[in-house]
Amino acid sequence: MTAYDIQSGDKVHRGDPVVVDRYPPATRINHWINAVCLILLAVSGLALFHPSLFFLSALFGGGETTREIHPWLGVVVFFAYYGLFFRFWRSCLFVRDDLAWMLGIGSVMSGREDKVPEVGRYNPGQKMFFWAMSIIVVVLLFSGVIIWDQYFYGYTTIEQKRLAVLIHSMCAVLAICAVIVHVYMVIWERGTLRAMTRGWVTGGWAWKHHRKWLRELVRGGN
Amino acid sequence: MANFEYELPAPPTNNVVPSFGEQDLVARSASSVPAPARKLTEVAKLIDVSKCIGCKACQVACLEWNDKRIPVGENHGSYTIPEDLTPEMFTLMRFTEWVNPETQNLEWLIRKDGCMHCADPGCLKACPAPGAIVQYSNGIVDFDHEKCIGCGYCVKGCPFNIPRISRADAKPKAYKCTLCSDRVAVGQGPACAKACPTHAIVFGTKEEMKEHADGRIKDLKSRGFANAGLYDPPGVNGTHVMYVLHHADQPQLYAGLPKDPRISPLVEIWKGVFKYFGLAAMGGLAAIGFLHQVVTGANRVSREDEDHARRLTESDST
Repeated sequence: MTAYDIQSGDKVHRGDPVVVDRYPPATRINHWINAVCLILLAVSGLALFHPSLFFLSALFGGGETTREIHPWLGVVVFFAYYGLFFRFWRSCLFVRDDLAWMLGIGSVMSGREDKVPEVGRYNPGQKMFFWAMSIIVVVLLFSGVIIWDQYFYGYTTIEQKRLAVLIHSMCAVLAICAVIVHVYMVIWERGTLRAMTRGWVTGGWAWKHHRKWLRELVRGGN
Repeated sequence: MANFEYELPAPPTNNVVPSFGEQDLVARSASSVPAPARKLTEVAKLIDVSKCIGCKACQVACLEWNDKRIPVGENHGSYTIPEDLTPEMFTLMRFTEWVNPETQNLEWLIRKDGCMHCADPGCLKACPAPGAIVQYSNGIVDFDHEKCIGCGYCVKGCPFNIPRISRADAKPKAYKCTLCSDRVAVGQGPACAKACPTHAIVFGTKEEMKEHADGRIKDLKSRGFANAGLYDPPGVNGTHVMYVLHHADQPQLYAGLPKDPRISPLVEIWKGVFKYFGLAAMGGLAAIGFLHQVVTGANRVSREDEDHARRLTESDST
């Protein structure tokens, strides 16, 4: 049990059901700016990635504006994601029990979390998502700048740009895949979305999914 | 050995109907085209480097026909002016001074650079905007500026470093040599070929141009250029702008003309397998999520879980 799991704003309210504050308003606003821009970024990027998806560029006013807007959205996502990074990174450090949890991923995905070690504020799956995105976002930013011809054309060779555009598309696919898993887990585990909309979860949700975090909060006397 | 048999015809004076158009497309960027009903005879421009005198009439004719202007040049220590292709200057005479180690002769190699009109065009492969780059069955690769989104992917796709993005207008667009597709469509040849005073640039069907090149190569070989040859690189399935080179074994001597040009493997992966793999990965993952939801059902918090939480919080308060 380590105190890193508790973030300022986490608070248990007794009652029936027990209500646990999980995300304060600033975190939620940060998260949703990131989410909305990331979706727009993915849609505009996909329009340029595969011909069958070029029609998506109409959402941004055509191919030219899609090309123009996409990198700026990327810059917003970079800062928004790193806003979240500094809020969450401590809670996302791996601990010894995480290995057993990961080995028991089959039980988790069949709804038997009681068969794996109790987890703190974030489970190892969430931690992997967090660290993967932390790296991918930086790689996307750098590879994106290399192919942002409007401002940075002269700084790299064509061969470097070819490599950058390939890495950029691969990392983008990885990021979109990661986000699909992230969104799916929220849909699958009912009661999770409320943490990011209203800012709180029920005590039962915390007991089921993040028991170590709940115990720690309760012990903390909140 | 005058080669005036390829003298271009006089311009038409009556109303003329273009001899090719939309219906002759064999490839269209980021989209598909129905197989054309007819196959046009392939055309080609042949540039005989050995006959070029470096007068730049081709550059002037190109600017003139395409109604482009470039700033007055500055001397950078070379006759190559401007220093590089630009969005306005679609063709450029590149001057190289080379001492032939075998003869100790200084050779002044002049190569007219510009779009090669590849049979396998990398620009078209890389382009994400439907119809912005098209290829006709006569071999001409052309840009449609109405559809171009100015992303610069064609620059990454091209193995010859030809397209240039214009930022002069509000909307960036890619530009390159059109092989004077508008002139060719009415029975004329490219403006550069028309202007060339030594007939170093000739235009005709690809077959004719290869035959003509054979004659030129024989002539060059008879005059001591043992490695004279035709540049029609197979790595891009041949080109519709070809060179006769006196040193065909070393094309890179001519201001870096690539020896074995082909579309970069990075571009091939990006616009080939990965395009499909990426979509499949994203679609597959979404499908797995859907199936998982159907099979396992929602992961709900039970009444029991809530009771556990309540007991935990209450036990703590006592």
